[in-house]
Amino acid sequence: MKVGVVTFPGSNCDYDAYAAIKHVMGEEVEFLWHKSEDLAGSDLVILPGGFSYGDYLRAGAIARFSPILGKVIGFAQSGGLVMGICNGFQVLTEAGLLPGALIRNKSLRFSCKQVYLRVENNQTPYTNACAVGDVLRIPIAHGEGNYYHFDGDIKALEESGRVAFRYVDHTGAVTAEANPNGSLNNIAGIVNEGGNVLGMMPHPERAVESILGSMDGIKVFASVRSALQAYKLVGEK
Amino acid sequence: MTQNKQATVFVRLKDGVLDPQGVTIQKALAQMGYDEFTSVRTGKFFELQIDAGAEDIDRKIDEVCSKLLANPVIETFEVKK
Repeated sequence: MKVGVVTFPGSNCDYDAYAAIKHVMGEEVEFLWHKSEDLAGSDLVILPGGFSYGDYLRAGAIARFSPILGKVIGFAQSGGLVMGICNGFQVLTEAGLLPGALIRNKSLRFSCKQVYLRVENNQTPYTNACAVGDVLRIPIAHGEGNYYHFDGDIKALEESGRVAFRYVDHTGAVTAEANPNGSLNNIAGIVNEGGNVLGMMPHPERAVESILGSMDGIKVFASVRSALQAYKLVGEK
Repeated sequence: MTQNKQATVFVRLKDGVLDPQGVTIQKALAQMGYDEFTSVRTGKFFELQIDAGAEDIDRKIDEVCSKLLANPVIETFEVKK
């Protein structure tokens, strides 16, 4: 697979994502500059974590109007795989590619720690290497990861299986204590209607080697690889 | 010569959207002895200087408010000229 990692001014997880794809997954990867309007033939576009444009105005609000985003939006709308991690998730909600908004953590504190995520839907290109109910250990690092949406829309999101990951305790139970930021229904990651766009606050690219404390993030990237392989096999028939 | 015009935009969180900053400020006030302030909600304002020759400016202000200055999912805006 070929992966493009977007670099905005203020991105700081772009190299982590690059290293995870290149050195751990052994796949082709290239940086996509925010002023570029070329996705360089990427099969997967990653909007990485960080503080794009200094988080000015609202996290992700300015990045959403950068030149590359026009191309990313078109790519996503035509079914291309787009994954927003942390600040990338914030950019995707600001761009309207994912519903809802990420507001200030309930605690008001920036939270940087390992958390447990439960896989809620494994029928997505990002979770097909997992089983429903699998518990992954993946770190978070954010101040504005409190997922918010209107009541009715949350219900629709839940009922259509678009919650990909939920914050849980180590046993897989959804508890208030396991919720690091106040997100509604402990939501940690969601997909769009087509399933091709994922936004998640936790950082799978920081959980890909044993020295990092967890290798569970590999499951997310391995899922994308197998989804792309399956797609290409179908395409060849 | 015509003068530049100005518009002020107030952006507020919608009712029901948690405002942890407001809650924290309210608690601080209560701790300082000002317990008559039972709720605090925070917001933002923007001062826009507008070119005197600009046309169709009301529509454009509304447009930039809903596109960029406010996030309609969580915020409302109000324009004062």
